[in-house]
Amino acid sequence: MADRIYRVNMTDLTATTEDVPEQWAGLGGRGLTSTIVAAEVPPTCHPLGPDNKLVFAPGLLSGTVTANSGRLSVGAKSPLTGTIKESNAGGTASQQLAKLGIKALIIEGQPEKDAWYTLHVTADGVTISEEPDLAGKGNFAVVNAMVERHGDRTGVISIGPAGEMKMAIANISVKDPEGKIRSAGRGGLGAVMGSKKVKCIAVNVPREAAVPIAEPEKFKAAVRVFAKALQEHPVSGQGLPTYGTSVLINVINEAGGLPTRNFRYGQFEHHDKISGETMHDLIEKRGGKTRHGCHMGCVIQCSQIYNDAGGKYKSSGFEYESIWAMGADCCVDDLDQIAEADSLMDDIGVDTIETSVTMGVAMEGGLLPFGDGAGILRILDQDVRRGTPLGRLIGGGAAAVGKAYGVTRVPVVKNQAIPAYDPRAVKGIGITYCTSTMGADHTAGYAVATNILKVGGDVDPLKKEGQVELSRNLQIATAALDSAGLCIFVAFPALDIPEAFTAIVDMINARFGISLTADDVTELGKNILRTEHEFNLAAGFTNKDDRLPEFFSREKFPPHNVVWDFTGEEIDEFWNF
Amino acid sequence: MQVTVRLFAGFRIGRFKEETRQYDVPVTVKQIVTGLGIPEAEVGIIFINGRNASLDQTLAEGDTLSLFPLVGGG
Repeated sequence: MADRIYRVNMTDLTATTEDVPEQWAGLGGRGLTSTIVAAEVPPTCHPLGPDNKLVFAPGLLSGTVTANSGRLSVGAKSPLTGTIKESNAGGTASQQLAKLGIKALIIEGQPEKDAWYTLHVTADGVTISEEPDLAGKGNFAVVNAMVERHGDRTGVISIGPAGEMKMAIANISVKDPEGKIRSAGRGGLGAVMGSKKVKCIAVNVPREAAVPIAEPEKFKAAVRVFAKALQEHPVSGQGLPTYGTSVLINVINEAGGLPTRNFRYGQFEHHDKISGETMHDLIEKRGGKTRHGCHMGCVIQCSQIYNDAGGKYKSSGFEYESIWAMGADCCVDDLDQIAEADSLMDDIGVDTIETSVTMGVAMEGGLLPFGDGAGILRILDQDVRRGTPLGRLIGGGAAAVGKAYGVTRVPVVKNQAIPAYDPRAVKGIGITYCTSTMGADHTAGYAVATNILKVGGDVDPLKKEGQVELSRNLQIATAALDSAGLCIFVAFPALDIPEAFTAIVDMINARFGISLTADDVTELGKNILRTEHEFNLAAGFTNKDDRLPEFFSREKFPPHNVVWDFTGEEIDEFWNF
Repeated sequence: MQVTVRLFAGFRIGRFKEETRQYDVPVTVKQIVTGLGIPEAEVGIIFINGRNASLDQTLAEGDTLSLFPLVGGG
């Protein structure tokens, strides 16, 4: 069965399917969501109005047996940044949509009636139903309700109360194989889903459904090479499964780039209490699991099952960025409090990075003392979940709270909170924050790998030389990777092991019976970036928006006492390709 | 000469988190690594005083050496 585009119109509550236009045939994931948003969404539209569209697209390799290919891309114009946005997540939905032959699911329009709706996606198409009982419910309750209604194997994509209230920090949750959730976190896409009045999407796939493979033998051979590389590389084969992503707490702290106390210092006194090593020991002591995959077919297993002191499940997918944001940035040194907040934020449906950086800015403004973990938990549960005036203010994100409290140290680019690596001490990632079409986003071009981790080369993090070129190459490669539906962590082996990169190209070719070269893949990445950049320019952004906030140039960042010293001209070189 | 050595991730197992060590003669990162029984090939990230360093670099009085296996995240 040929792939189809599924279109749900929430204005007249109809669902239709259409052939895939020829120019979209070679696209998947981010390449497809960005192409559709750029083609169909007016760049100047209000992100929460009827003209914005929410697009879900599995990657080119999703639904196949390729290791780590289960990422789902979600695209729209972002209510947080005003730019084009793609955010991706694991979970089961990407593989399920791919197996149903759904190249993209586009949700458009806006219902007149003040009601909530559920979409049920099956082999027979999409059914739209009113959903009176789930309004106001958290994501975990929504997942349970869908499993009860449609069975264990049901895929679920949902929003929590924050998405219903159209908060700019709202994310979209995707159910994982164990009924927990993963998030398309950044850029407030949950608010776009809320603006369409879609509370959740349930997906059911017949057991026999499979993605067609044009050249099965070639495909199998490339799949084996790829999986072997993932298991053999020390980062994806050992480091990530053993310590999770939060092994970086100690790494970035030692490098003097761990933003602490709202980006004032580069090291956190209590780093070891929130480190990956400490988490690993606690998990073992409390009977959790250090290895856990966010989707079927993940061989890296960077997630974990984190239990509380009583041995009861507390969180999974407990990531470095989440731990850093509430930990070092807000000076909370209690891992259990951070785990509790992580779980609350998942349930309410807010981005852990944006929300905790917002708390750090609010602490600077005097709302809470730094280190007040209990205060953060209280505000999340009492204010953000319920949408009190304070909750709505926090729901606007770091830039909004910075304005409300008159704070000048507000770490955002294009209104999106800067994540866990200070751009003064890791200059390559600073270029990515400035130039990413998504606002500040570390995943868009992870220069930390080359600056600090010494994967894929070695560029001095404290010097300007080579950083623009590094960020450009990484952003181009990442845009292509995000289109394949592959987890970003396959980049570690792909940067170091040439066979792993070749295998990715071979798998795409064998899946579709085409003959892309490595150069074609690079060209795909470039085209995606250009498409996104043109959308942003048409939305009113200029090169002056590709800049870091002033304080990074004014305030010396200890322990290296460095400032951000790129000129505008130097940053603008990024777009010369 | 006094050097502080900090170990991370799997390097801590059976060794230590942080130790201040005495050396009578100038010592390289490689010599310290070998002395700790860590196979050279397993060393991924080296910092001296928070700056990326190489195995051949020589330590000075009061330096802090941090050693990680190859790890990543993001």
